Amino acid sequence: MSNSGLQPTIDLEVYRYRPEQQAEPTYDTFTVPLRDEWVILDALNYIKDELDGSLSYRWSCRMGVCGSCGMMANGEPVLTCAAFLKSYAPGSIRVEPLANFPVARDLIISMDDFMEKMNRIQPWIITDEEKPLEEGEYLQTPDQVDEYKQFSMCINCLLCYSACPIYGMEPSFIGPAAIALAQRYNLDSRDHGQETRMDILSTDDGIWQCTFVGECSEVCPENVDPAGAIQRYKVTSTNDWWKSKLLPWTSKQ
Amino acid sequence: MPVHDVVIVGGGGAGLRAAIAVTETDPSLEVALVSKVYPMRSHTVAAEGGAAAVIKDHDSFENHIFDTISGGDWLVDQDAIELFVNEAPNELVQLEHWGCPWSREPDGKVAVRPFGGMKKERTWYAADKTGFHMLHSLFQTSLKYPGIVPYDEWFATTLLIHDGRCQGVAALEQRTGRVEVIAGRSVIICTGGAGKVYPFTTNGAIKTGDGMSMAYRAGVPLKDMEFVQYHPTGLPGTGILITEAARGEGGILVNSDGYRYLQDYNLGQPLDVSDSNHPVKKSMELGPRDRLSQAFIHEQRKGRTIKGKFGDVVYLDVRHLGEKIIDQKIPFVRELASKYAGIDPVHEPIPVRPVLHYFMGGIDTDKTGSTSLPGLYAAGEVACVSINGANRLGSNSLTELLVFGARAGRAAAQFALEQSPTELAPLRKQVVDEDERITKSYLTKEGGTERISTIRTEMRDTMEDGAGIYRSEEGLKNTCNKLAELRDRFSNISLDDRSLTYNTELISVLELDAMLDVAEAVAHSARARKESRGSHQRTDHPVRDDDSYLMHSMAYKGDGAPKIDYKDVVITRWPPGERVYGQEQAE
Repeated sequence: MSNSGLQPTIDLEVYRYRPEQQAEPTYDTFTVPLRDEWVILDALNYIKDELDGSLSYRWSCRMGVCGSCGMMANGEPVLTCAAFLKSYAPGSIRVEPLANFPVARDLIISMDDFMEKMNRIQPWIITDEEKPLEEGEYLQTPDQVDEYKQFSMCINCLLCYSACPIYGMEPSFIGPAAIALAQRYNLDSRDHGQETRMDILSTDDGIWQCTFVGECSEVCPENVDPAGAIQRYKVTSTNDWWKSKLLPWTSKQ
Repeated sequence: MPVHDVVIVGGGGAGLRAAIAVTETDPSLEVALVSKVYPMRSHTVAAEGGAAAVIKDHDSFENHIFDTISGGDWLVDQDAIELFVNEAPNELVQLEHWGCPWSREPDGKVAVRPFGGMKKERTWYAADKTGFHMLHSLFQTSLKYPGIVPYDEWFATTLLIHDGRCQGVAALEQRTGRVEVIAGRSVIICTGGAGKVYPFTTNGAIKTGDGMSMAYRAGVPLKDMEFVQYHPTGLPGTGILITEAARGEGGILVNSDGYRYLQDYNLGQPLDVSDSNHPVKKSMELGPRDRLSQAFIHEQRKGRTIKGKFGDVVYLDVRHLGEKIIDQKIPFVRELASKYAGIDPVHEPIPVRPVLHYFMGGIDTDKTGSTSLPGLYAAGEVACVSINGANRLGSNSLTELLVFGARAGRAAAQFALEQSPTELAPLRKQVVDEDERITKSYLTKEGGTERISTIRTEMRDTMEDGAGIYRSEEGLKNTCNKLAELRDRFSNISLDDRSLTYNTELISVLELDAMLDVAEAVAHSARARKESRGSHQRTDHPVRDDDSYLMHSMAYKGDGAPKIDYKDVVITRWPPGERVYGQEQAE
């Protein structure tokens, strides 16, 4: 932190990678006003508007719900719309793209891997036959909603993948958010797709890779607790395996 | 192959619902879903309070229709609102079947809450992240249809028109910078609103009116653009939305004296918060948004607002609800207020002020979403059917994107089935021209001196000054002139970034171009409407004038100023009357 005139300032060391111009990433340092109400995203917007229009990053809602603006701040994955500059001052902030993903440009990572994995777990209501709309809604008590509600809060910000050491070492791991999303549907009383998803999640890339480090739940801005989802899934999966061996006639339809 | 059957621009609620409707109309049809952001980032995600549809026995379609017509100050097309209200329950049930985690009654049925301007409670909700849950349910459901082909992070720049009909778009792939044809035998625009034309808005960065501008440039009129909605309760500074559900659950608005000032503005008399009848529907804090935002301005002029760091505010007080109800019904309100205003609403009142929230106007469509350009459809906030008239009722817009997304999807599918196969060559030629236009205007251009952020800030400020909550000939004239000046200066713009890979500055300049179109349509339409109706309040023409202006305005792009024309409002069973709120409206 330094003082230029009356307005205090803070330095951002920003990761730059422009594949058309440079083979290796570099860091640019920008000095921005240190305002109480500013989050890192406000500082990036200030840089783009006033200092260097070529800085690229994703953002939209700036209220913690669209999931676009996840980045590393001093090595920790954060939503930059919820990370206040003042909590880093004094001292500078190193802003980098989310760890564990290929970088497309500056602070923009490639989302391809996650999008494929999200697709793979079939995140929709699987049912033999949907009842006609005229028969109205499926009944679901508040307790039944609470069963899966927490896992439905994921905003796909990918902070959990950045925090996950397993994903860092083994990118084939299907990962925290995708497993939590699978659990969101498995635990929904309207869904009958658990077996289908089990086939996907019990593979080598699935739940068994997780060694329960728990970092994913630590960084989750929505308290989704993917680690809890994975742990619970392992128990279900083991029970179902034993049941299918010992009591094959009890398998869920 | 870049040739599909239907092209949808925009991957938010309306676009996703339309895509599913196309593929369910005929699974052999292929839909290109073109979105400048990954669909789950779309701004539907930020809607909080809920979606309206009549399902409870004590309510009726008639109530929902009349609430919407009077809420819209009679500028609502009555045939459109009637079918909307009729189709709304099935659409919300459909979303329930697709997994939307609606909040429930103890018996497992879907719960409803009251919203502003509603005679009976009819807002379905998923706590206070309704838009988030609707968007994710729709997006995740859309993944199961193989006929929906994603074009994620592709920015559509222009409509491709050949043989007198719309046959696709030119779009820029952000990761490579290449401009390509995405062809279809019909096109649906679902790009949402344009809140970013104003300085202080609940809208996300992406709400820049791209779709409105694309249609406008193709000669399709923008309807009722002067009607923009200020939501009465945004957080100062950031403009973050504090949902109307906070008032639906019983929150109250007070001024610097702790006085519930809405009683001074013909919105009824307050009941004590401990009264079992509080909050009274269509009364006080549950009045319509336009009237509440206008009341704030009057309080401000009387010096009865509170001075804050980011301008004047009033207080939204929910403390009497208690921690348990706040955490159960409006947890996001608590989270947002704590994080961004530094106060815990369980213990302190929330500082709020009006904030630009929604465009009632948009691309002129009929009830099927079709526009004056054959093959072009629109749905959601980008469109104007109109069911929102001069002021939208809270929780009608989430339902609108379902009902009209589905309708536009079905109509565009049918239209596509009736057309001959796409001829790619003439479309390719248009895209080569478009690519060249973008390259020459921005990427290889030398000598420009204007910065994007300068023009953008000046545009936003002049919109707030002249085309805000209260307007006048003088102010609008200044705004129109200023916008013309900015359009001129825009041609002298210069980019720092000339590269192709994720050139977000290039996207920003294309968005600014679109916003200048939208701003021009708003300001000129507002200047031409010399009356006050709903959200459009003229200090120099303070009363509603049905003899001259019970009409939709239609803005056509011109060489200079847009041409403003008018079109009749459809009136069927509900002749124009007074809007009545407060106890007087009670049965």
